[in-house]
Amino acid sequence: MSFLRRTVPLAIAFTVGVLMAFQYFVPHPHSKAFLELMTRWDRIIAGFAVFIGIYSLFHLHWTRIRRKAAGWGYSIFVFLGAGITIAFGLYNGGEAFWHDKKEDTMFDWLFLYVQVPAGATIFSILAFFMASAAYRTFRARTVESTVLLIAAIIVMLGRVPVGTLISPYIPVAADWIMGVPNLAAKRGILLGVSLGAIATSIKIIFGVERQYLGGGD
Amino acid sequence: MFTPTLPSPLKGEGKTALERKKLDFCKGLKEMIRINNRSFDFWLLVGTLGLFALVNLLFFLLGKLGLSWEGFGIMIAAGLTLAVYSFLYKDNPAFKVVENLYVGVALGYTVIITWFNALKPDLYDPLLVPIFTGRQAQYLLLVPMFLGIFMILRFTRVLTWLSRWSFAFVVGLGAGITIPNLIHSFILKQLEPSMHPVFYGGETVLASINTLLILLGVTSVLIYFFFSVEHKGPVGVISRIGIWFLMVSFGASFGYTVMGRMSLLIGRVMFLMRDWLGIIQ
Repeated sequence: MSFLRRTVPLAIAFTVGVLMAFQYFVPHPHSKAFLELMTRWDRIIAGFAVFIGIYSLFHLHWTRIRRKAAGWGYSIFVFLGAGITIAFGLYNGGEAFWHDKKEDTMFDWLFLYVQVPAGATIFSILAFFMASAAYRTFRARTVESTVLLIAAIIVMLGRVPVGTLISPYIPVAADWIMGVPNLAAKRGILLGVSLGAIATSIKIIFGVERQYLGGGD
Repeated sequence: MFTPTLPSPLKGEGKTALERKKLDFCKGLKEMIRINNRSFDFWLLVGTLGLFALVNLLFFLLGKLGLSWEGFGIMIAAGLTLAVYSFLYKDNPAFKVVENLYVGVALGYTVIITWFNALKPDLYDPLLVPIFTGRQAQYLLLVPMFLGIFMILRFTRVLTWLSRWSFAFVVGLGAGITIPNLIHSFILKQLEPSMHPVFYGGETVLASINTLLILLGVTSVLIYFFFSVEHKGPVGVISRIGIWFLMVSFGASFGYTVMGRMSLLIGRVMFLMRDWLGIIQ
C-alpha cells in the first residue's frame, strides 16, 4: 500500500516534471502539442480543484449557521449570493448550461452590478486604512525609514496634479525612483526568488521536497 | 497603579458607602452610554436605509434612473458601495451583509466561469458529449478527469490517499514548466539589461549613471540576501547599500499601491456622483 500511497505520487511528479523541463528544449511540433495537452489536463484538474474550495467555504459557513456562532446570520448571505449566481449561471439566459455561454444574461448583470462594484469598493477602502496605518507607523526614526518615507511621498506626489503644482521636478523624480532604484531592487529580489523557485522545483522533481503529499503514509 | 472602573461585587467590598455609590453611578452611566450608542447606531442604520430607498424612489419617479435592469443595477451598485463605505464609521450589519454577499457572488461566479471556460470546452464537449451521442470521443481525457475526481476524494476517509496522485501531477507539472521558464524569463532576461554597457557612445551621461546605479543596486541587493557570508567589512558596506535600495523600492511600492487604491476610490466616487446621483456629467 505504501507503494501506491508514496512511491506512485513521487514517480508521477518525477516523470511529469522531467518531461516538462525537457520539453522546453525540444523545438518540435510534437513537443509543442505535448505541452498543450499537459496544460489542458492541468486546466481540467484545476477545474475540479475549485470544488474543494467551494466545499471548504460552504462547510465553514454551514458550521457557523449550525452552531449558531456569533454573526451566523451573515453566513446566510454567502449561500444566498452563491445560490443566485450559480442558478443564473446554469440557467444561462434560457439556454441551459450545457450550451455555450450566452452574453448579457442575469449572470453578467450580477457580475457587473454586484461583484465589480462591491470588489472595487472593498479594495478602495484600503486607501483609508493604508493612509491611517502609515500615519501611525511611519516615523523617521532611522535613516533607512526616512529614505522609505521620502520615496513614498515623492512617488505619491508624482502621480497627482498637486505634485506638479508644487514642483515640476516631482513627477520626474517619481519616474526616476520607479525606473532606477526601484527597478534595481525589484530585479535583485526577482533574481533571488527565481533561484529559490528553481531550487524548490528541482527538489520537488527529485522527491526531496514532499510537503505537498501531506502527512501520514 | 491600574484600578478598574467597573468593580465586581467583591471588589466593592471594603469601600465606604460614598465610594460604592460613586462606583454604581459610573457603572450605570457606562451602561446607559452603551445602550444609547447601540440605539443610536440602530436608528442611524434604519434612517440611512430609509433615506437611500427614498432617494432611489425619487430618482425612479423623476426618470433619473430608468425602470430597467440597468437602472435597478445602478441602484444596487450604489447601495453596495455605500454599505461598504459605512465601515469607515464602524463595523455594522450593512457592511457585514455586503461582505458576505460579495464572497458568495464571487464564489458563484468562479464556479460558472470554471465550467464555461475549463470543464465544458476541455472535458464535457470532447469527452462526455461524444460518448452519449455515439461520436468519436477523446478518451485520453479520462486521465485528467479521474485525476480531478481523485482530488475531490480528499474528503473521504478511505481513499484520501488517491488525491496525492493528482497533487503530484499538478506540482510536478508546475515544477517542470517553472525551471526552464524562470531561467529564460527571469534570470537571463533580467541579467541582460543589468549588464548593459555603461557607455558605448550615443547615450547621455545621465543614462550611463543610471545604468551604473542599476548594476550597483542589483548587485548590492543580491549581496544583502546572501547570508552564507557574514555581513562585515566590504560585504557589510555593499549590503548596507542594498538596504538603501530596498528601502527606496519599498517606499515606491507603498506609494504606488496607495495611489492605485486612491484611483479605485476616485472611480467609486465618480460612479456615485455621475451614474447614480447624476451631479456631474
